[in-house]
Amino acid sequence: MTTRLFGEPVQRREDPRLLTGQGRYLDDLGRDALAAAFVRSPHAHARIRDIDVAPALDVEGLVAIYTWEDLPERVGRPLPLLIPHPALTHGRTAHPLARDVVRHVGEPVVMVVAADRYAAEDACALIEVEYESLKPVVGLEEAVQGANLVHHDVPGNIGAHLVQEVPAADGRGAREAIETAPHTLAFRLDIERSASMPLEGRGVYARWDGRDLRVYSSTQTSTSVRMAVAAALGLPLPQVEVIAPDVGGGFGVKIVHPWPEEILVPWAAMRLGREVKWAEDRREHFISSAHERGQVQYVRVGFDDDGRLLGLEVTILHDHGAYTPYGIIVPIVTSTQLLGPYKVGAYRVEFSSVYTNTVQVTPYRGAGRPQGVFCMERTMDKIARYLGKDRTEVRAANFIQPEEFPYDQGMTFQDGRPLIYDSGDYPEMLRMVKELIGWDSFERAPGRGIGIGCYVEGTGVGPYEGGHVQITSDGRVHVSTGLTSQGQGHETVFAQIAATELGVPIERISVVTGDTRRFGYAVGTFASRAAVVSGNAIALACRKVREKALRIAADALEADPADLEIADGVVHVAGTPRASIPLSTVAVLANPLRYAFDEEAARATQFSGTAAPDRPPVAEGEEPGLEGRDYYSPIRSTFAAGMHAAVVETDPDTAEIRIVRYAVVHDCGKLINPMIVEGQIHGGVAQGVGGALYERMVYDQHGQLVNASFMDFLMPYATEVPRVETAHLETPSPLNPLGIKGAGEAGVIPVSAVIASAVEDAEGIPIDRMPISPSDLFHLRAGRRR
Amino acid sequence: MKPPPFDYHAPRDLGEALRTLAEVRGKVLAGGQSLIPMLNMRLAAPDHLVDINRVAGLDGLERSGDGVLVGATVRHADAERAEVHPLLTRALKLVAHPVIRNRGTVVGSLVHADPAAELPAVLAVLDGRVRLARWDGGVRVREVRARDFFTGPMESAVEPGELAVSAFFPALPPGGGSAFHEVARRHGDYALAGVCAVVTVDGGLVATARAACVGVGPVPVVVDVGEACAGRPPEDADWAGAAALVRDAAEPEDDIHASAAYRRHLVGVLAERALRDAAREGAARGA
Amino acid sequence: MEHEITLIVNGAARRVRVPARRLLSDCLRHDLGLTGTHVGCEHGVCGCCTVLLEGRPVRSCLTFAVTVDGAEITTVEGLAPADGRLSPVQRAFAECHGLQCGFCTPGFLCTVTALLAENPAPTEEEVLEGISGNLCRCTGYQNIVKAVHRAAELLAEEE
Repeated sequence: MTTRLFGEPVQRREDPRLLTGQGRYLDDLGRDALAAAFVRSPHAHARIRDIDVAPALDVEGLVAIYTWEDLPERVGRPLPLLIPHPALTHGRTAHPLARDVVRHVGEPVVMVVAADRYAAEDACALIEVEYESLKPVVGLEEAVQGANLVHHDVPGNIGAHLVQEVPAADGRGAREAIETAPHTLAFRLDIERSASMPLEGRGVYARWDGRDLRVYSSTQTSTSVRMAVAAALGLPLPQVEVIAPDVGGGFGVKIVHPWPEEILVPWAAMRLGREVKWAEDRREHFISSAHERGQVQYVRVGFDDDGRLLGLEVTILHDHGAYTPYGIIVPIVTSTQLLGPYKVGAYRVEFSSVYTNTVQVTPYRGAGRPQGVFCMERTMDKIARYLGKDRTEVRAANFIQPEEFPYDQGMTFQDGRPLIYDSGDYPEMLRMVKELIGWDSFERAPGRGIGIGCYVEGTGVGPYEGGHVQITSDGRVHVSTGLTSQGQGHETVFAQIAATELGVPIERISVVTGDTRRFGYAVGTFASRAAVVSGNAIALACRKVREKALRIAADALEADPADLEIADGVVHVAGTPRASIPLSTVAVLANPLRYAFDEEAARATQFSGTAAPDRPPVAEGEEPGLEGRDYYSPIRSTFAAGMHAAVVETDPDTAEIRIVRYAVVHDCGKLINPMIVEGQIHGGVAQGVGGALYERMVYDQHGQLVNASFMDFLMPYATEVPRVETAHLETPSPLNPLGIKGAGEAGVIPVSAVIASAVEDAEGIPIDRMPISPSDLFHLRAGRRR
Repeated sequence: MKPPPFDYHAPRDLGEALRTLAEVRGKVLAGGQSLIPMLNMRLAAPDHLVDINRVAGLDGLERSGDGVLVGATVRHADAERAEVHPLLTRALKLVAHPVIRNRGTVVGSLVHADPAAELPAVLAVLDGRVRLARWDGGVRVREVRARDFFTGPMESAVEPGELAVSAFFPALPPGGGSAFHEVARRHGDYALAGVCAVVTVDGGLVATARAACVGVGPVPVVVDVGEACAGRPPEDADWAGAAALVRDAAEPEDDIHASAAYRRHLVGVLAERALRDAAREGAARGA
Repeated sequence: MEHEITLIVNGAARRVRVPARRLLSDCLRHDLGLTGTHVGCEHGVCGCCTVLLEGRPVRSCLTFAVTVDGAEITTVEGLAPADGRLSPVQRAFAECHGLQCGFCTPGFLCTVTALLAENPAPTEEEVLEGISGNLCRCTGYQNIVKAVHRAAELLAEEE
């Protein structure tokens, strides 16, 4: 059994339980818990006049009904603004239950607790809320006119406004560079709303024993939920534990916290002295969990005869919905990551982040990058078309070259740190993707087109993650890290890292994530950061444990630690396999005991003769136990990259769009598990295809989300997703010990850009708005004929 | 998303079912694939639900020279597998997804009368009929032809207290061919537009041609295009002209998935495809 | 009013009292404690709740428990043989990385088990059609399709 598992397509350790129905997702827990349900606003914008709960009081099984008035001051406060930013001058967050005014359909107004969810919904249906309707603000254009306001104290509905400028090498600004450029283009690009839409909704389950509170949440950050819950409920942190059980997908929406329910459910459990659980249903998810993507982007670009960018100016209108709990991360990411693998000369980007009476917007896989990449890649295609050049040639003319790393884009990234690319090889990547899709031999025909899209993704943002590794006297290795898992295979890849670092068979390694009982310090799972940040932290923790194991083993074997190796869980002297000691025994020796509970332990007791009588049993500077903890805090993000290409066919009669081929070249540094990385790419591309061709959140003028079901929000099935052909390039990151970069979001990022590029190629019509449906294409064709 | 409470009745025979319906005027539960989502979303809240899944004698699927009689509890999947009628089989493959078809019923789809659904169009283009029964001291039965059965979007001729016990799909005559073409956003979704066609070919010449559209009107839009193409060999008939007649008869509306103009255009495209394919099949069967 | 019903679940008769409106999905999960059957939309589109009813895949969220009184039901917990090994379909999903978060997986496993029982060597199109009623937000389906073909091979080997 090899223990060099880093880089191998190891089968997932999560799978046996998930394949047999033994997974434990939020709603699988707490079978006897009371159920919560919510009366949610049916209006996009209204003042609450009166709430009459009396009609619901006779519902069989009803336990409690709460409105904002019932909440203690601390619990009823506005939810925290998680990521403040100086440009977010008018940040606003919701109260856990609406106070006075509701600002989107779906905002929680009344909480009901009952014996089961059926009874809770019965009660919700009977509660009468009287509303005075206010004028809803829907759509970016309407919002920026400012005629009606989402928040009375936010003029013009502008929550944030930010201008960032990077001058050209000669010091000229973007506007000047564009005006003096040989060629200029200006255009508008639109991307509509979509959403993470994990198949498991959110959910919270809480138990209170009179002193300690345990909360299970289907979250992407258990440590931060813990701090938020402790703060809101006024509990000392050590008395609160938060566990993310198996989580049925996150994709961004579950990084937001605390959601109202994450405060209200534990509060109700404490107040009632009963276990309370809320499992979000699909309709709730559509109208009360976050959306993303909706942006309007105006582009002006100046370039030379070779298609080299001289200046780029982008003005972004970002629709952040009714509240800004997650700050302005999405437009910041768009503004910075728009640059992609290119040198743009002078750059000016300005965004306004705008309130509307719609569900709040927070990061969804890609987190603003799909919009930015759509912007830059459409720009590249338009330049190529204008100059009559091959689209890949224009891109190549603008690439950052391999010898130019680290490359400073001169901006501030979403982590507040400089936007400096660590490594990459974009020309090679382009060569690979062209070869994979057959770019140069592609036979263009009416209704058949090829497209390309390139991106760079800042991954593995800080501030830090930690890892704890413990080897117990049975020789098992217990790894824990605080960030959470939603299907990325962390139990497997972290075990691969530990197996490789420690020389222990993977079967003996178990990994726990997202459980504050096991690891209290963490940030969360987002920004393709888990492998980079927790992976490196675990590697560093393993190295500490390994060093300690070798020290103890060297003592026992009377050898020099430098001569020792670990293989298959046994420490031995290099070249002398018989001089060896298993890690299980090392673990025994690491923990001097007074009491024996089994034979192994007996070897560490005080009369067993294993300790030197002239030294304290636990030497100075040592701690008992064979365990180690370490943290990895990256100086800045690592920058993964990828290039996708696709061939599409469009039906001349029905305007249906079919993706015939889809190719991905991807560079996330060193691969820990290529099978899992490919799986991440497949899934990302499928979500990208959804965003490019199928998914949109459609609000009517009244602020009603008219397609709030899986019947009408068109997530692709197997029949809609193309087979993805992949190839990998590995340019290790110089920033971290393992040389890795993140891979989680990559697949989704350029898909809209790629499909637009291919449809434009097939049709000869500019494609400036995504997603595109057959009906949209039909009308674009009709417009061309006119 | 939990259904509201209701009184549940599970009659064992037709008489009991009809007496129950006469008494409580409840909603009929057959496959439940359309009704239960509406209950779960609390868009419907009937006081009584009459579950006919245990009623004996409603699961018959009888084929004769005249056509196919499909009982009220015959599942889509069973009718599909039995291959009792070429057009019905084609249409059934377009109904939602296989798992839904395992539970959903043919008659239930007709009674649901969704103008975007395939089966009403099939019944309409074939000029089939639905048998309705009610209790009036005994079992009273009436038959309603398709043209009278579909009365509006999600509305059929079934009166309160009545139960649709079967549907009859007339067989295609010798030389009769059929086709069903539709465009849906995703495989298995309700169609943006669809057209089924029946064309008969007699002695090498087109004799009759009818088409029915889904998704472009309050009820299935049936158009007889015989005049535009009868009397000519199938390969020679003016299918484009016939398709234009179908397109002009459609009454599409805008929705979030497609514009009315696009839907109308689609009807023309799909009608021509369906008519040509049906004629080709008719010619082959007539030969 | 509650109804006393008997469901033959994974081979064992289970008696349970349920209100008429109890969805089969909730009955399995909350009354019988078989939480492997997941609920993703409760309007019949996602397929997470798919179970086998008399061997055929159906949506348990679109079925009332009372309606199927007396019927045989197989859930994901009943797919593996009693010897503790995984079924060929389950093994193929693990081998081909056909699952990520695992939430949709029980529905896929039930659907695919029935598909291969009826059609032991499906074509690519038949596989796509067969799983076309199940949503997965993680995998992009590619490895699920691969797993179905692999399961067909494993089943053939076991014959």
